[in-house]
Amino acid sequence: MARPLADEVRAIAEQYPESTSAVLPALRIAQERHGGWLPPEALEEVGEALGLTPAYCKGVASFYDMFHLAPVGRRLVEVCTNICCGLRGAQDVLQAFERELDVRPGETTPDGAFTLRAVECIGGCGWPTVVAIDDRHRLNVSAGDVPGIVQELRGG
Amino acid sequence: MADVIVLANADERDLRQLAEYRAVGGYTQLERVRSLEPAAIIDELNTANLRGRGGAFFPSGRKMQFIPPKEQIPKPHYVCVNADESEPGTFKDREIMNRVPHRLIEGSLIAAHAIDSQHVFIYIRGEYLDAFETLRTALDDARGAGLFNGVTVVLHRGAGAYICGEESGLLESLEGKRGQARSRPPFPAASGLYASPTLINNVETIATIPKILELGGAEYAKIGAPPDSTGTRLFCLSGNVVKGGNYELPMGITIREVIYDLGGGIPDGRALKAVIPGGSSMPILTADQIDVPLEHDALRALDTFLGAAAVIVVDDRACMVQLGLRVAQFYMHESCGKCTPCREGTRWMVQLLEAIEAGDATHSQLDLLLDVCDRILGKCLCPLGDAAAMPVASYVVKFRDEFRAHVDQGGCPFGGESSLEGLFAPVDQHTHHPVAEVPA
Ligand SMILES: Cc1cc2nc3c(=O)[nH]c(=O)nc-3n(C[C@H](O)[C@H](O)[C@H](O)COP(=O)(O)O)c2cc1C
Ligand code: SF4
Ligand code: FES
Repeated sequence: MARPLADEVRAIAEQYPESTSAVLPALRIAQERHGGWLPPEALEEVGEALGLTPAYCKGVASFYDMFHLAPVGRRLVEVCTNICCGLRGAQDVLQAFERELDVRPGETTPDGAFTLRAVECIGGCGWPTVVAIDDRHRLNVSAGDVPGIVQELRGG
Repeated sequence: MADVIVLANADERDLRQLAEYRAVGGYTQLERVRSLEPAAIIDELNTANLRGRGGAFFPSGRKMQFIPPKEQIPKPHYVCVNADESEPGTFKDREIMNRVPHRLIEGSLIAAHAIDSQHVFIYIRGEYLDAFETLRTALDDARGAGLFNGVTVVLHRGAGAYICGEESGLLESLEGKRGQARSRPPFPAASGLYASPTLINNVETIATIPKILELGGAEYAKIGAPPDSTGTRLFCLSGNVVKGGNYELPMGITIREVIYDLGGGIPDGRALKAVIPGGSSMPILTADQIDVPLEHDALRALDTFLGAAAVIVVDDRACMVQLGLRVAQFYMHESCGKCTPCREGTRWMVQLLEAIEAGDATHSQLDLLLDVCDRILGKCLCPLGDAAAMPVASYVVKFRDEFRAHVDQGGCPFGGESSLEGLFAPVDQHTHHPVAEVPA
């Protein structure tokens, strides 16, 4: 049995001089426990653990790109389309994922397996194109690699 | 000794291991300086003329001297290590955290001693999962070995917001808020985290400190391009170049040497068109300017900056209007929305650039674009507005003919063949919605 969210969050909050500092880590944990996104119950749980309103928690969450306020797929595929990757074929990589997964950036496959996103620079610019799969970076990805990656993700 | 400072010994040994780091003299400077007065450390950094590696090049010793003594402000003092690294083109702090995490930790603890602080926060961007894990392990090992001596070090993950690399946005975020920039004064040195005196430094700045103390400030100051640009930088090489990656080199090496001697030149036999010397927010240089040494004064003379030492190479396949559009889209996406010139100006820039690229603009709209940039520059609460306006204005000025050609030809002169053609920007995906409910 996982620890109750409130216990885990309070333990984290103790590291900080003021407990509100634990909002980001708490939202992250809540998101992990709710299938990768933050439904209203998750915001309530975080708020309760830290003595904040759910609206405050939603206000914070909505500022940050890595928190999702709508359902996402079981795997998150994120393709960097900023300039360094862009100069080296990121658009082709993104389009290859669109083809293989049959979704547009920002969309989730009907079976709920994948969400495809384009993202701003994720800090691997010297090894383009950078693709993050559930936050693990794959470097030097080319469009030709994409069918294999999708096959691997579907099989594994 | 080759001039490798921050990554010293990392090629020969696995310096993520505490024992290995100790075998190359790791943590001896921390142990030595703990018996010294803080002023002695700061003097050494001033002698070294260490400047901030986060982009603003501010003297690091002086920044420490701005922290008021505890008698003056009787509150806890905080050290915040800025590991948010989100400027497009930069990926050096990632390498430091992945390969020499203990050097960063040692530097953080020395900085804490220098400003009489018991609390260090490391704010790492949320997207750096591997670096987070490496650093967490290294922190556990160092803590377990009793190296913290009563200092607490908290590793705090961001959640995806470029503005949280800006120091006041970082503080807001660390306090559990939306990461919107603060108006200043007060400055963080007097009123930073939880309104207490706070020192904020970049990862590379902090990771340089142990070596400066080992070599001595005077020795360190001989490396690079003294008097101002002393020491090494991790140059992040990316874009149209054969061997992208991080290269630690003394400041003063030329762009030509970095691209051709280290980076192996431009792939596919293409011609060099332009170079961005410091990260996407910096004014661009043309191909005939690449003999400039990568150091502060020489780049200032060309109206640009070394920034975070990210060298982005652009070959002749790239349309400059598309480059400007994509850069503007990034800053529009990342604007925290607090002040009008940045929030509205970046949108206006994007709209104008879209019109120019589509061939729907007039010549006067090129001037209007420059005018919008001018109305952003220096008029915002934080430098993010400048970060959008400076590069785009430089593209218009330096590649004016190419911008004009879009107007004259009623469309992109690259005719769909630009390397940046159709590049999708994340701002546009907010208009899409999930196609299906996700099954429970
Ligand atoms: C929009 C914006 C983003 C920034 N992002 C970063 C960053 O990711 N990392 C960083 O160290 N500094 C960043 N800075 C600079 C910081 O505000 C601050 O100057 C720096 O962390 C100070 O450290 P230093 O003196 O060691 O360079 C950014 C500044 C601005 C205006
Ligand atoms: S310049 Fe932009 S990012 Fe900075 S405070 Fe203003 S709106 Fe926010
Ligand atoms: S531009 Fe793609 S990782 Fe930086």
